[in-house]
Amino acid sequence: MTRKPGVQSKSESGLSSARLVSSYLFSRPKTRLALLLAAPVTWLVLIYVVALVALLITAFWSVDSFTGEIHMTWSLDNLQQVFTQALYRTVTFRTVGIALLVTVIDLVVALPIAFFMAKIAKARSQRIMVILILMPLWASYLVKAYAWRSVLSHDGILQWLVQPFGLSTPGYGLAGIVITQAYIWLPYVILPIFTGLERVSNTLLEASSDLGAKSGKTIRLVVAPLLLPAIIAASIFSFSLTLGDYITVNIVGGPNQMLGNLVYSNVGAANNLPLAAAIALIPVALMFGYLTVVRKTGALENL
Amino acid sequence: MRTKALKSAVILVASALLLTACGTAKPVATSSVPTKLGANEKTVSLLGWPGYAENGSNDPKVDWVTPFEKSTGCKVTFKSYGTSDEALSLFKTGDYDVIAASGDATLRLIASGAVAQLNTKLIPSYADVYPFLKGKAWNSVDGKVYGVPHGYGANLLMYKKDTVKPAPTSWDVVFDKSSSYKGKVTAYDSPIYIADAAVYLMAHNPELGIKNPYALDEKQLTAAVDLLKAQRANVGEYWSDYLKEIQAFETGDSVVGTTWQVIINSMSAKANVGSVLPSEGATGWSDSWMINSKAKSPNCAYAWLDYIDQPKANAAATEYFGEAPATPAACDFMASKDTCASYHAGDEAYANKIWYWTTPIAKCLDGRTDVKCTDYAAWTSAWQEIKG
Repeated sequence: MTRKPGVQSKSESGLSSARLVSSYLFSRPKTRLALLLAAPVTWLVLIYVVALVALLITAFWSVDSFTGEIHMTWSLDNLQQVFTQALYRTVTFRTVGIALLVTVIDLVVALPIAFFMAKIAKARSQRIMVILILMPLWASYLVKAYAWRSVLSHDGILQWLVQPFGLSTPGYGLAGIVITQAYIWLPYVILPIFTGLERVSNTLLEASSDLGAKSGKTIRLVVAPLLLPAIIAASIFSFSLTLGDYITVNIVGGPNQMLGNLVYSNVGAANNLPLAAAIALIPVALMFGYLTVVRKTGALENL
Repeated sequence: MRTKALKSAVILVASALLLTACGTAKPVATSSVPTKLGANEKTVSLLGWPGYAENGSNDPKVDWVTPFEKSTGCKVTFKSYGTSDEALSLFKTGDYDVIAASGDATLRLIASGAVAQLNTKLIPSYADVYPFLKGKAWNSVDGKVYGVPHGYGANLLMYKKDTVKPAPTSWDVVFDKSSSYKGKVTAYDSPIYIADAAVYLMAHNPELGIKNPYALDEKQLTAAVDLLKAQRANVGEYWSDYLKEIQAFETGDSVVGTTWQVIINSMSAKANVGSVLPSEGATGWSDSWMINSKAKSPNCAYAWLDYIDQPKANAAATEYFGEAPATPAACDFMASKDTCASYHAGDEAYANKIWYWTTPIAKCLDGRTDVKCTDYAAWTSAWQEIKG
């Protein structure tokens, strides 16, 4: 005991400040946490919260229609316009309808594929399928949308394929938007469901079958509840990505508009940033509502 | 919970204050007119309609930018836009020294102080420009010149010869008779297209009393909007990107609609399209080159304005786009001797028949004082309503 202080004194002189800090932080867990989170929280606030607040505030400003200058006086005109004019209601319903349809189509297509990949395919073919599903993500979004533009054209490959059966291509329009969006977002729907299914242990399926459940009952009572969080996560991807899209609409949507187009044409063409901000609040509110509902189901905790 | 809410509130208020503080600085328009030019800077950035500054990258034979770069030492960067509104918001970024703007944008640029008054003495080629293009409502205010003319032309009707028979002579193929081409009609995607409907109504519904398609009162605007809403049912797609229209006509997804001469020139022979200036008359453009009031390269900007109105460059630029030149001498430099004649260059009476794009404002442009006209903001929201 008597020698120890002497031995320690050397290292103590070097470490004392660090040790002071560490003992200070050890006794104050809240300060410790604050320091740990300071950098990421600052970042989050700067790029995320400030942007959203800017959006919210801009929605209350107005723009001089002639010179295009923004007047920073508070008014509710933009919000009132967005909530009362039939145009915005129609476009909102159309946009939500497209987003729901895309989500449903993607889920219907993705579930069997994901099930095959996770439960039936052998390790080797499973790997190949994952690569195949990821492959389209290497190509640019625009390339895929323009590819669909030529596929859907009256001069295109789809027309050539279905013509012998007396059918014709849907051309550019709502159907074109739904097809193209469902194609583009499909990988984002397959992958979470695939991962979710992989986590469903085969032993549970066997146990269910040992206890006398048929496949339908097993899927309904065992797989579905375990898979629900993954399905919801997947639907958040396809729903929110479709909700905010405006490029696909321009390329294959014919004369139709979605919420994103209204925002785009108000920023780009009409030079009315405040109104664009007010319109942009609609998808924000929709997603907020959707996430709240999802949260109520408890699915988010399971993710 | 309460402290959490309080914290969020503090953050919100702080960011709001920060934003307001950042935003309240008003841009000050500098209106000092230069009396002499200095040495040319190294670069100049231009903003204009597609095909207004070709450097040979689209077609090696079409190049009037390189000679300018060689003679002045100003390296040119060019950005093209699809609608006047897009031009306005691009120009406001301050990244461009010079803009080629149509009449539906110029007044707004002048009013917002975005462009500078010009000293035309520093632009020698300006003296030779057609007199009927100078001192117009869209390039001058109170005798002060803000823009030098580039060229002028009309928005034409393009159609596919094999499907649209007989060859149309009226805009009715895209309005009252558009249902014959359901899903294959195209129209220009900008609020200013409302004026095209107004030109049609001037000829076919005289009882509406439209005297100027850019001066519409509430009732007249409603009539135009109704016409366009009926057209909307038959529209396959709207275009603002001229490449999109070219592609749609090549594949046959569009068969009839409004167009520019440059698009007709770019169509392949296989597309088999024809074009016409319909009997009702047409909207059109008379474009001006203007200089940013905060230009980074004002000397190169002046050099460009002078260059583009010199006969040789003006001939190359306007012949490529398919419009009448701004200066009579340009006709001698055109590759095709018929070009000037086909665009009626210098024909003042013809030039006056085109309804040049102008910004609609509350004070009626046709001189009526008993009613208030609808302004561009009203046109913009009407346009979004038409598209639905």
